[in-house]
Amino acid sequence: MSPQTPDAATAGGDSLPAAFAEIAEDFHALGDKDRLQLLLEFSQSLPELPERYAEHPELLEPVPECQSPIFLITEVEGTGRDATAHLFFSAPPEAPTTRGFAAILAEALDGRTVGEVVDTPDAVTTQLGLAQVVSPLRLNGMAGMLARIKRQLAQKAGL
Amino acid sequence: MPVPVDPSPALQDYAHPEKLVTTDWLAQNLGADGLVVVESDEDVLLYETGHIPGAVKIDWHLDLNDPVTRDYVDGEGFAKLMDASGITRETTVVLYGDKSNWWAAYALWVFELFGHPDVRLLDGGRAAWQAEGREMTTSSDSTPAPTTGYPVVERQDAPIRAYREDVLDFLGGPLIDVRSPQEYSGERTHMPDYPQEGTVRGGHIPTARSVPWARAAAEDGRFKPRAELQAIYQDELGFETSEPTVVYCRIGERSAHTWFVLTHLLGFESVRNYDGSWTEWGNGVRLPIATGSEPGEVPAR
Repeated sequence: MSPQTPDAATAGGDSLPAAFAEIAEDFHALGDKDRLQLLLEFSQSLPELPERYAEHPELLEPVPECQSPIFLITEVEGTGRDATAHLFFSAPPEAPTTRGFAAILAEALDGRTVGEVVDTPDAVTTQLGLAQVVSPLRLNGMAGMLARIKRQLAQKAGL
Repeated sequence: MPVPVDPSPALQDYAHPEKLVTTDWLAQNLGADGLVVVESDEDVLLYETGHIPGAVKIDWHLDLNDPVTRDYVDGEGFAKLMDASGITRETTVVLYGDKSNWWAAYALWVFELFGHPDVRLLDGGRAAWQAEGREMTTSSDSTPAPTTGYPVVERQDAPIRAYREDVLDFLGGPLIDVRSPQEYSGERTHMPDYPQEGTVRGGHIPTARSVPWARAAAEDGRFKPRAELQAIYQDELGFETSEPTVVYCRIGERSAHTWFVLTHLLGFESVRNYDGSWTEWGNGVRLPIATGSEPGEVPAR
């Protein structure tokens, strides 16, 4: 769990890290139907796995909190909080919601420092304006991905 | 006027062939007067990636559940949803979805709670339609315009829905657990590769027989022929169509699939889906459970 106080964790967009705040703003600016379209666009933008992982799916960690199968792996460049974080995901096309969640996390977190990623409030997934269009239960999947990303990065960067 | 039923010979052996349509029939009848096609999926975005032309989307989580109480929408909520979906009380509704029609069967069961007169399932669901290379679209051009005046119908739970008290009084009767063998035995409390949904204990309802839902489905996701279904539920389990029967799973979606098989394909007269299922029973105070691969005994009370 992050050291966020409950107030900060449930506060509005102000407490969000910049990258998430931008994404949240984009979603909040739209009506329900268009929010789903934007999530669909995210899902279509999820980068393919690089060959070194595509050929070795056993290296990826499954995320059982998601209803559909998704696997992820992280890499760090450097050590400690200043190391650079890289994220890789694999999810099938028939699981567009899960792919959309992964693409949001990739856009917001890939290339940031490990410190920034592990400081991301856990509640960020509930602040994107998606609960009412995908249901809170389904959003658990994104929280599960974020928790695994943070744990892997902390370990790999030696925090 | 309801749309004429699918006369395909493949369906005629079933007890209620009018509850199923084939992909061929649906392709020929798309756009027919009085027909609305509804997609209901596990993945909430799948419809947006492309759907059967003219289909509307109804989501189990967002549209059919009450947001506060763990229950389905009431008569007013259902009427509002029907109006928005272009469905009147006279409309023939054909449901289809992903995951071998789990959620479509669940939605069909909810339609029947409200006594919608004509609601059918597309045999094989979304996967069968796609596998045959049939048309999918992201366009909403041919989706039905909203209608008005769907009546506010009081939900009739008693005939096809069981509550925990009903199940407690039913132990020892024909009761089917349709989850995976691992969930039944108590090795795990959720589907393989699925999220933990907060069940404290693993196992099954005492005396429930284990018949995973997928045994009713053929490889292509369509239902097995009636003789094969009979061999499972009647010959192997020894259950009789005249005896009241109860089915359950984790939250009621997979058991809606088996409920459909027993009720509409085999003609069981009284089947209730216990939608509280394991997420309620496995956590319930003073509710007995059994573990391991045997059904277990009715506990002394």
